[in-house]
Amino acid sequence: MNEITNTRMNPSIDQFLSIWNWEIPVYLFLGGIVAGMMIISGYFLFKGRTKDVECSCYKIPFVSLIFLTAGMIALFLDLEHKAYVWRVYTTFKIKSPMSWGSWILLLIYPVLFLNILIRIPKFLSNKFPFLEDLSTKINSHPVAVRNIGIASMISGALLGIYTGVLLSSLGARPLWNSSTLWILFLLSGLSTAAAFIHLIAKSRYESHLLAKADNVFLSLELIVLILFLIGLLTSTQVHIDAAKLLLNGSYAPAFWVFVVGLGIIIPLIIQIMAVSNKIPHTPIAPIMVIVGGLILRFVIVYAGQVSHWFNAQLLK
Amino acid sequence: MDNISRRKFLKISAATISGAATLGAVGKLTESVEQFSGKIFRNGVQKIPTFCDICFWKCGVIAYIRDGKLWKLEGNPEDPLSRGRLCPRGTGGVGAHYDPDRLKSPLIRKNDRGKEEWVAVTWDEALEYIARKMQAIKSEYGAESVAMFSHGIGGNFLKHTLKAFGTHNFAAPSFAQCRGPRDVGFKLTFGEDISSPERTDIKNAKCLVFLGYHLGENMHNTQVQEFSEAIQNGASIIVVDPRFSIAASKAKYYLPIKPGTDIALLLAWMNVIVNEKLYDRDYVEKYGFGFEKFKNEISNYTPEWAYPETGIEPEIIRRTAYEMAKHKPATLVHPGRHVTWYGDDTQRSRAIALLNALLGSWGRKGGFYTPVSMDLPEYPYPPYPKPNKPKVDNPNSKYPFAIETITNGIRDATISGSPYPIKGWFVYATNLIHALPNEAETIKAIQNLDLLVVIDVIPSEIAGWADVVLPESIYLERYDDLNVEWFREPFISLRQPVVESPHDQKPNWWIAKKLAEKIGLNEYYPWENIVDYLKYRLTAGGYDFEELRTKGIIKGTPQPIYFDQGVPAEFPTPSGKIEFYSLQLAQAGFDAVPKYKKPEEAPPGYFRLLYGRAPVHSFSRTQTNRILMDMYQENEVWINHVIAERLGLKSGDYVKLKNQDGVVSNRIKIKSTNRIRPDCVYIVHGFGHNSKMLRYAYNKGASDSQLLTRYVIDPLMGGTGMNVNFVTIEVEV
Amino acid sequence: MARYAMVIDTKKCVGCMDCVVACNTENNVPEGFNRDWIVQDARGSFPTVNLEIRSERCNHCDNPPCVYCCPTGASHIHNLGGVVLVEHKLCIGCKACIASCPYDARFVHPEGYVDKCTFCIHRVEEGLDPACVSVCPTYCMTFGDLDDVNSEVNRLLNSRKHHSVLPEAGTKPQIFYLE
Ligand SMILES: Nc1nc2c(c(=O)[nH]1)N[C@H]1C(S)=C(S)[C@@H](COP(=O)(O)OP(=O)(O)OC[C@H]3O[C@@H](n4cnc5c(=O)[nH]c(N)nc54)[C@H](O)[C@@H]3O)O[C@H]1N2
Ligand SMILES: Nc1nc2c(c(=O)[nH]1)N[C@H]1C(S)=C(S)[C@@H](COP(=O)(O)OP(=O)(O)OC[C@H]3O[C@@H](n4cnc5c(=O)[nH]c(N)nc54)[C@H](O)[C@@H]3O)O[C@H]1N2
Ligand code: SF4
Ligand code: SF4
Ligand code: SF4
Ligand code: SF4
Ligand code: SF4
Ligand SMILES: [Mo]
Repeated sequence: MNEITNTRMNPSIDQFLSIWNWEIPVYLFLGGIVAGMMIISGYFLFKGRTKDVECSCYKIPFVSLIFLTAGMIALFLDLEHKAYVWRVYTTFKIKSPMSWGSWILLLIYPVLFLNILIRIPKFLSNKFPFLEDLSTKINSHPVAVRNIGIASMISGALLGIYTGVLLSSLGARPLWNSSTLWILFLLSGLSTAAAFIHLIAKSRYESHLLAKADNVFLSLELIVLILFLIGLLTSTQVHIDAAKLLLNGSYAPAFWVFVVGLGIIIPLIIQIMAVSNKIPHTPIAPIMVIVGGLILRFVIVYAGQVSHWFNAQLLK
Repeated sequence: MDNISRRKFLKISAATISGAATLGAVGKLTESVEQFSGKIFRNGVQKIPTFCDICFWKCGVIAYIRDGKLWKLEGNPEDPLSRGRLCPRGTGGVGAHYDPDRLKSPLIRKNDRGKEEWVAVTWDEALEYIARKMQAIKSEYGAESVAMFSHGIGGNFLKHTLKAFGTHNFAAPSFAQCRGPRDVGFKLTFGEDISSPERTDIKNAKCLVFLGYHLGENMHNTQVQEFSEAIQNGASIIVVDPRFSIAASKAKYYLPIKPGTDIALLLAWMNVIVNEKLYDRDYVEKYGFGFEKFKNEISNYTPEWAYPETGIEPEIIRRTAYEMAKHKPATLVHPGRHVTWYGDDTQRSRAIALLNALLGSWGRKGGFYTPVSMDLPEYPYPPYPKPNKPKVDNPNSKYPFAIETITNGIRDATISGSPYPIKGWFVYATNLIHALPNEAETIKAIQNLDLLVVIDVIPSEIAGWADVVLPESIYLERYDDLNVEWFREPFISLRQPVVESPHDQKPNWWIAKKLAEKIGLNEYYPWENIVDYLKYRLTAGGYDFEELRTKGIIKGTPQPIYFDQGVPAEFPTPSGKIEFYSLQLAQAGFDAVPKYKKPEEAPPGYFRLLYGRAPVHSFSRTQTNRILMDMYQENEVWINHVIAERLGLKSGDYVKLKNQDGVVSNRIKIKSTNRIRPDCVYIVHGFGHNSKMLRYAYNKGASDSQLLTRYVIDPLMGGTGMNVNFVTIEVEV
Repeated sequence: MARYAMVIDTKKCVGCMDCVVACNTENNVPEGFNRDWIVQDARGSFPTVNLEIRSERCNHCDNPPCVYCCPTGASHIHNLGGVVLVEHKLCIGCKACIASCPYDARFVHPEGYVDKCTFCIHRVEEGLDPACVSVCPTYCMTFGDLDDVNSEVNRLLNSRKHHSVLPEAGTKPQIFYLE
């Protein structure tokens, strides 16, 4: 038997207590969904399909702005030294995903604003009539709209990738130690974004289209999730132990039931049947996808903090 | 049993606290600190030497004062005891000064004992009250009916006052609950005892044998430092302990002995060493007395005989005996310190002494050196009145070889009133509830008293029973008597204040002097301030007070400490030699050569309760020290992990321990471990405080003392063997 | 240049925690937090047990992920001896560094910034040993410069078998334990 006694009394640094609480998974989830939304709306703008998919092109940018801001607030709430937050913008650290993230966020806002300018929400244009003029100007140049679409896709992709890289760069937590994590988070962002649009789009065509897209994202997400786990399971003991936290450890119920079952497989089945017109579309499937995406972030962040290089020794 | 033993905690009526702020005669008190004002306490960092009092090792300290506040404590590099490094408790002494649970002003009990209600009073009122009670006891029963329990150098002045008052009943738990049997066993053998600091030459030993002595957890500083040196030098280490101690982890041979059977092992070792003629023959021939008789007596104790008793294979007993013999005389079979285990402790210590004698280690490098000291005259006080009655603790020399006063002897006399009644107790710096076994007896004795004065720094359990509680300044805030140490080299060290007391606490010398004045003993305090006293003694010895104050230490010229260096090989025993066979023991009706007696077996389902030290705590005195408690907040019960599994317990589970007499402990965490035998459990002493005023320590862990309802008295010297209790494990519901 | 490191002799360490207490007083580490700690690693079963005791702290890694992940540069490598430090005034408390440290050496100070062992750089700059090293009653810790071929740390590392904790985490820890 291997018996380890650690005199460290500090609960804040104990390996079994969390460093990050709800704020970070919420932030990662919102960041992810915003990324997905930007990619989707950017794509449609780029393709000039503003008429087919009005919601994606005109409503979603504004929703993204709100979600992103909510995510930023969650992130801010997590900071221990809030008054010093401006320090992130006094430097750029090339090796730090956090630093990248801070600057990417700065990039996202202007892109989102441009996006919003394409069609100003009513309440805004009522208050600021000049915005309407700007909007008309932009819309008169289709190239500008396409470029905004491109910018939107690029910055969305950066944002989505960053939320995964942020964790996977923290090598001390074996669960996060995977080069597939960013793909997983990006796909989850896309699937939740698509589900969201599917849910709120008024046009049946758009709703149907995004349900189809969502099925693709969900299927890919499932594959990447499997790859992610296989990657861990074929690595060192600590990584195997980390994967086991999800597979049969303390996070397994949440993982299997909410992330895989209710978050991916069941909605996928429902939606496959719905897009092939076997059953009508229901709001339940997209809601499941969105909740599943949120719980995915919670499970990954929490289980990741528990996964540890020492676990392999401790569990023996 | 349970309801008397549940201590009533102090309850101060808040309205009276303000009264304590108006102090009459106390203005002069802080003089000792004030006289340095400006000189020492300026801004920036000041270093002031003093010596530690978290245990009795008395390590030299340098206190760092930053911006007038105590910052940190380091070892005084000039000091031979600390050698510039303190143990964790010494380093954490800072927490004793800042302890928010300290006693703040004198307290007088308001109601009957048992319904503890307190009034905060002025020093004048408290001392007046005590003086009145003392005079009453003196006129009714005689001055001898006042006894004092104290531990440590701080008690010197109060002892002086009480000697002047006319008593001679002074006892410390360091004899009958600690090292007494060892000192008696060695004195019976070599004519001299081991004393403290131990005269063991650990650093030069080539082979070190520890029986239970758990250095590394027991943090007696110089011993630990020398232990490390011995490890560095590649000494062979043999550790005998039912528990895989820290020391065991450093050992070449770890002998997981069955508790209580050490004498069998010692006899077997001696048997091998004598039979195979591995002993130091010149040494034994030259200095030994009664060797042939001894040899006969031990001839049957073969390793094969010892095996079923101790559980140690004959092969290992032989091999370890050879190892010891190989390195003789630099083989140190350490005599231990806390040896009051089974009631046969003096004889076990004598067996250790005899094994050392066979190896020729007494007086030799790597064995036992001869300590030296500086000559410093005592203060010329008037002679004390001669007590009319003999000491109360050991009537008719019931324990013929006791060389110090027996605490439990005083307790017995207080309960029985025989040989004469004891009506007053002064308790200075000893928490008798935790230090003596069977707390019910202690409480019974207390109920017979007319006066119980407790001088403490925190509201300890014993303070909870007092009529008057006097809050003392901690060691960093006061002068004490000079420490004229017996050690490897001669030196004198000084304890001096490095910070001021935060409230109305006073140093013991002031308390003792003021009390003497209250009872009209002014002539015994011809000095005004302790500094005058210290200066007087130092000047009389030819030393300079200022030098001592700035250095903390004055050293003398090194002197020889081994026989080989010219120390005369003198053995002040009746025969003048090392007594392999002790006629004085035989004459008193005891075994002249130690014999083995089987220990009592645990009842089925019970485990023998063993206890010891945590490196960051001293007894029951450090559990309110926030810095030290931060390191180890509650004790755990060590239990063999196979047994724990069988009982369905895992580390961290809370259980209660219930002893053979039905006493149930506080809740305590399981430590399921591969580091202990299956027949015993182990806890760290000093936890499980039930004084609620010890806010931080209250209810943390379990108290071993509470579970020690049984003890076996050592018939030679009156010590209390305490490893004789058994517990079962009750799962918390 | 210098490359500071610690070499700790597990044969001598008794796990007394003096190093922890001394760090707390020297550096005013707030109650409930520690910059260093003791690990007792017992293997085997009674009575054949092997116990390794380690005094652990920030490893001042040569490849410090905590520095790399820090968005503000608060976590940085000091110009003296490769010591990894946190500049309190730059730290926003995002805790990325805490998540990145395989040793859990960091904590959030109640004042909001992230704190950890500094190798007592304030003492080292004055030519003193770190507080923990200087108090250890078993003299089992040695602090020194790996770049100096004659240093005591190099002598010890060359003469004794040693290991570090979790080298597989890839951070190149600079605290070495003699076996
Ligand atoms: N059950 C059990 N009993 C034991 C032992 C054991 O291990 N287990 N060990 C035995 C041994 S080896 C010994 S030496 C004794 C020790 O016995 P004690 O010396 O009685 O030890 P403590 O329990 O620490 O009690 C010391 C008391 O002194 C107070 N004190 C501390 N500093 C000062 C000061 O500066 N001034 C004053 N006035 N008071 C102060 C503390 O607050 C505490 O109440 O206990 C013995 N009894
Ligand atoms: N940190 C710290 N250090 C201290 C003190 C303190 O309070 N705190 N107190 C100091 C004082 S005054 C004293 S007296 C000493 C006490 O310290 P020691 O003299 O070392 O005390 P022991 O009773 O030998 O220590 C208990 C050890 O004996 C083992 N043991 C129990 N029963 C038996 C047995 O039957 N046979 C054998 N061979 N071993 C057994 C236990 O498992 C345990 O490891 O410590 C001193 N040092
Ligand atoms: S051994 Fe430790 S507690 Fe005892 S006097 Fe020395 S430093 Fe103080
Ligand atoms: S002070 Fe030294 S002996 Fe004690 S735990 Fe720390 S490193 Fe080990
Ligand atoms: S031990 Fe942790 S905090 Fe220290 S340098 Fe390495 S990664 Fe950073
Ligand atoms: S918590 Fe502070 S030191 Fe750590 S990464 Fe964030 S800003 Fe840097
Ligand atoms: S080097 Fe200094 S800061 Fe680091 S653990 Fe040691 S004492 Fe603490
Ligand atoms: Mo003792």
